[in-house]
Amino acid sequence: MQSWPLLTLVTFLPLAGVLFILVLRGTPADVARNARWAALWTSLVVLALSLVLWADFDPTQADFQFVELASWLPAFHIAYHLGIDGISLFFVLLSTFLTPICIIASWASVTERVKEYMMAFLVLETLMVGMFCALDFVIFYVFFEGVLIPMFLIIGVWGGPRRVYAAFKFFLYTLLGSVLMLLAILAIYYQIGSTDVVEALNRGLPPGLQTWLWLAFFASFAVKVPMWPVHTWLPDAHVEAPTAGSVILAGVLLKMGGYGFIRFSLPLFPIASHDLAPFVFTLSVVAIIYTSLVALAQDDMKKLIAYSSVAHMGFVTMGTFTMTAEGLQGAMVQMLSHGIVSAALFLCVGVVYDRLHTREIARYGGLADTMPKYAAVFMVFMLASVGLPGTSGFVGEFLSLLGAFEVNTWVAFFATTGMILGATYMLYLYRRVIFGVITRADVRAMLDLSWREVAIFAPMIVLVLWMGIYPNSFLKPMQPALAKVMERVQLSLHENAAAKLAER
Amino acid sequence: MNDALPSFVPALPEMFLAASAMVLLVLGAFQRGPHVAREIGWLGVVALAVTAALVMSFGYERKVSLYGMMVTDGFGMFMSVLTLIGAGFAIVMAMRFNEREGVARFEYPVLVLLSTTGMLMMITANDLISLYVGLELQNLALYVIASFQRDQTRSSEAGLKYFVLGALSSGMLLYGASMVYGFAGSTNFDTLAHTLEASNASIGLIIGIVFVAVGLAFKVSAVPFHMWTPDVYEGAPTPATAFFSIAPKTAALALFVRVMIYAFGELVDQWQQIIMAISVASMILGALAAINQRNIKRLMAYSSIGHVGYALIGLAAGTPAGVRGILVYMAIYVFMNIGTFGVILCMRREGRLVEGIEDLAGLARTQPMLAAALAIFMFSMAGIPPLAGFFAKFYIFMAAIDARLFWLAVLGVVTSVVGAYYYVRIVKIMYFDEPKGAFDPGIGREMQAVVLISAMVILFFIVFPSPIVGAAELASATLFPG
Repeated sequence: MQSWPLLTLVTFLPLAGVLFILVLRGTPADVARNARWAALWTSLVVLALSLVLWADFDPTQADFQFVELASWLPAFHIAYHLGIDGISLFFVLLSTFLTPICIIASWASVTERVKEYMMAFLVLETLMVGMFCALDFVIFYVFFEGVLIPMFLIIGVWGGPRRVYAAFKFFLYTLLGSVLMLLAILAIYYQIGSTDVVEALNRGLPPGLQTWLWLAFFASFAVKVPMWPVHTWLPDAHVEAPTAGSVILAGVLLKMGGYGFIRFSLPLFPIASHDLAPFVFTLSVVAIIYTSLVALAQDDMKKLIAYSSVAHMGFVTMGTFTMTAEGLQGAMVQMLSHGIVSAALFLCVGVVYDRLHTREIARYGGLADTMPKYAAVFMVFMLASVGLPGTSGFVGEFLSLLGAFEVNTWVAFFATTGMILGATYMLYLYRRVIFGVITRADVRAMLDLSWREVAIFAPMIVLVLWMGIYPNSFLKPMQPALAKVMERVQLSLHENAAAKLAER
Repeated sequence: MNDALPSFVPALPEMFLAASAMVLLVLGAFQRGPHVAREIGWLGVVALAVTAALVMSFGYERKVSLYGMMVTDGFGMFMSVLTLIGAGFAIVMAMRFNEREGVARFEYPVLVLLSTTGMLMMITANDLISLYVGLELQNLALYVIASFQRDQTRSSEAGLKYFVLGALSSGMLLYGASMVYGFAGSTNFDTLAHTLEASNASIGLIIGIVFVAVGLAFKVSAVPFHMWTPDVYEGAPTPATAFFSIAPKTAALALFVRVMIYAFGELVDQWQQIIMAISVASMILGALAAINQRNIKRLMAYSSIGHVGYALIGLAAGTPAGVRGILVYMAIYVFMNIGTFGVILCMRREGRLVEGIEDLAGLARTQPMLAAALAIFMFSMAGIPPLAGFFAKFYIFMAAIDARLFWLAVLGVVTSVVGAYYYVRIVKIMYFDEPKGAFDPGIGREMQAVVLISAMVILFFIVFPSPIVGAAELASATLFPG
């Protein structure tokens, strides 16, 4: 199709940066500086390449594009198969967009073992992009689980005081979820004789097997999303991770679960998805309301945003399993929006944390006086998180609620309650941090955003508003692919219903 | 082949290795000089390499020779080469250690060669008698190797323990073999494979098979016959521990597979449950018992018990896919263990070898390359992709799913998560904790090479999996004739 293996380049170029950083020599200060620049340039080149991907992407097609196929384990019909469609395109872009932001955000705040830090982030980028591009279950799984290694190190080496506990909890929770998926992948392999995703999608799986496989995949994705009640690793991981680690965690890693649901669970196991949708709805609604209430009671800024992430991802799972066009698009936009907004909110916390070295909400107050620019930036993202019309958050939540309303009005009703709670805890947080009277001298002495911080936030604000005001640029490329998912689901449900009718 | 003398060509590798061991023994006895042990060691490595070339020259074809006592096939070739690789690395790793500990004697490589000869005989045995002879030749040498650091009590203790329990298990094996002979009328694997049928399995025969299985389970240190492993691993000098965890384990597992799958293959329904039970028990004990270990050699002992549990899943499957899984697993296991023990041998502080897990604290700062290598091995042992250890487990679970052993597979993955805890804990100690003081520098060029080679194999297996997987595929097929 094209002469350049663009997806392979985007996926593995960060590794070239890793190799370069690995061989850096010199005084520690030199190495740190060179490592920062090398990582930044690598990630920017990758970003540019991924933008080429977007420009060349044909938004009218539902099939996979930029497909690359190379034999890897021919005896087992396991191949190196990459390709993207409208669903994965934006996740690839999200990963390549957030990586340079993370690197700039850690420019001054990470001073120890800079070389290793930058290498870990670039390896992480390779794994994230590869995961979204993979069209073979084994390749997908390798990337999906490989993410654990750099993330474990990022939390554990550069994290806060309880980093060891958080890193282990993150590692073991996600590992336990994903090993069950591995068994399901092997079961699929024996069912269709290959691990090719496209082939599995085209061939379909017998209804009797679907429930088991669905549950095994669900174990993995539900932990990643994370869904209530397996979300408890997330607040710990977020609180202890360094700022950039939280950004990637909230921005991309959580999306792996949602992506997995849309890419695999729905089209591969449509009957099981349909049967078990009420179960997912229940968990989602509980997540939305319960974690919103928990968020309301937090005194730690990062923990509050972490709980809000669980609530927002509840909208994603709800929208996905409505299996309506609106619900799916809403889930997708919600994920993209959350990827940027929560990442930005964590960066906002990072800004004040760098200055005062505490995340305790009560220590702040009255920042509007000393940090007006910061207050404005924080406001944009706070409102986007609440779902104010005109921001990206609104589009996602509105569409997923629309989908839910079509299927089950009660689900929509409870989810909307969650939206109100969401507004409550975010506004309450904003009031406590930004408004009020300054009582402490150290808060009064805080400096406003530096030019580097402005440079980080500016593109994110643009994206949030773009997605909120003209969401069609994002919806259009994903619509054909989502329609295809819907079509598969409907077809298989009809067939199943017909088969059941014939049995009678 | 009705000549007076059978063709000895298939036995050439064993004969060559035994002859080289004896030549080196004589050479060592008459040589004088400060570096005799080292020179003999390198010559031993050369001998192992030549033997490996001889083994490989036979190809995958199945050939029975020496009046049915011996068989050369792809399966035997694969396992023999792995054993030889393990033995070669074990000799190289021991050199500097023995010099520093003041036990640099030329007998060490000679003993390794002799036990390796026994292992090759085990792997190519086609008869319960030749099996036993090979096993005992291997064991006798191993007992001496375990107590090689003879002025240390714990080394002698390890040797004695190994001897007593090894003799016990050999006795059980021999008892089982005689029961089999009594009820089946033959000790030859081919005859057994052809005459035994699931329908006419007498109770005596089954008891015999159980005793053989118990004896072999002792040798591969599967639960509940694992008790000797932690003590012997901890007590033996570290290079000997490395050798124990690699070569004899590979050979014994090869033997286990050949006896069960080939000789008693028709009775798979009778022994499958036994294998499943010891596999599950090994995985669980390997995962749980290692959590509280403070000594890294003891931890590696439990880790090896766990790994045997996973490999036995492949045997429980009883299919070509299962055997292929075992072969891939052992190939990767050998390299993971070589690398890990290579790092453990570099753990010396102020001239003394340290073995505590806590001694690794902060290694990522003091010796980043060594820490990175050990982290690679640990993540690989935990089965995290993209490292090779993941693929080892992948092929095993593939076989389990294929054989519809779903519960075994689920138990396997769950214990692998539990096991991941203690592997990752080592990474945590190296990367997250504050340094406790650097290890002595100067780990030696040969040790650097050992660690580097095994780290590369583990890291880049994902890029070039075909040589190992392809060979395992061909090799496993030879165990299932017709």
